[in-house]
Amino acid sequence: MTELPLIGGTADAPGPGTLTGARIGVITFPGTLDDRDAARAVRLAGATPVALWHADTTLGDVDAVVIPGGFSYGDYLRAGAIARFAPLMSVIIDAANSDARLPVLGICNGFQILTESHLLPGSMIKNDHLKFMCRDQILRVENTTTAWTRDYAAGQEITVPLKNQDGQYLADEKTLDALEAEGRVVFRYVGFNPNGSRRDIAGISNAAGNVVGLMPHPEHAVETGFGPELGSSTDGLGFFTSVLNKIVGDNK
Amino acid sequence: MPRIVVDVMPKPEILDPQGKAIVGALPRLGFTAFSAVRQGKRFELTVDGEVTEEILAQARNAAETLLSNPVIEDVVNVEVVEA
Repeated sequence: MTELPLIGGTADAPGPGTLTGARIGVITFPGTLDDRDAARAVRLAGATPVALWHADTTLGDVDAVVIPGGFSYGDYLRAGAIARFAPLMSVIIDAANSDARLPVLGICNGFQILTESHLLPGSMIKNDHLKFMCRDQILRVENTTTAWTRDYAAGQEITVPLKNQDGQYLADEKTLDALEAEGRVVFRYVGFNPNGSRRDIAGISNAAGNVVGLMPHPEHAVETGFGPELGSSTDGLGFFTSVLNKIVGDNK
Repeated sequence: MPRIVVDVMPKPEILDPQGKAIVGALPRLGFTAFSAVRQGKRFELTVDGEVTEEILAQARNAAETLLSNPVIEDVVNVEVVEA
């Protein structure tokens, strides 16, 4: 097995991903924090991470895109509001809505960017308790048909880190009812709602299931010894193997 | 130079967590007359020269597309203020 450096760029230390040929882009905005972790998760899952810059105007030949967490543009105006208008976001919005249905995963600030982009409904406001919160969080996977969750079992409970200040998901009742009816609530908080999100919603998908956003951080739970103390500590890896299996399956 | 002021407020049906924290702090300072606080945002857009109808329309458009998020906020005021 190839040893991965603890802190690695996207280009060094080739992982098993070279075998599958799948290329997953990870976008960096000014103020993004978790791009390296997301790239590492992509590599551990067996794909090749491709660094994307917010000012790029093309996606290259990536098979999927991860919009990682952080504080793009310092969360100025609203979390994700300015990042949404970055040149590369226009390309990603078109690709996600195209017939090719580019798989897109938004984590934390990435989820906020996806709602500001109208790829996903609703919005996030400040946590109901007004504090930044960091904890190991149990989630229930309620939809295992999306591009990013097909390797999980329906109803499976996973534990991944959660860390945010503007994590309270809300939408009007009609939108919430529609999300529930269409099975688009992909993740729900279990045991404790950490931010006052409506109906304990932690993550949702678009109608086609190629775009998924969630507040907690699966990319921080992909390696034994470095993930949450509860659970298996690698519960987040399934996001990245799911999309990899979808890409490999589609290319057959 | 004239400015266009844009005021944005959280939608009435959305509980404003920041406003709630502020209303909790007021009585601790002896300000006991206020039963609720809602916190919004004020933007000042400076215009070089005269504010035409076209520029005002641009400001209204910017207010709806960038300065506010219609899911959680309302644009409650767009007005010209002469310096």
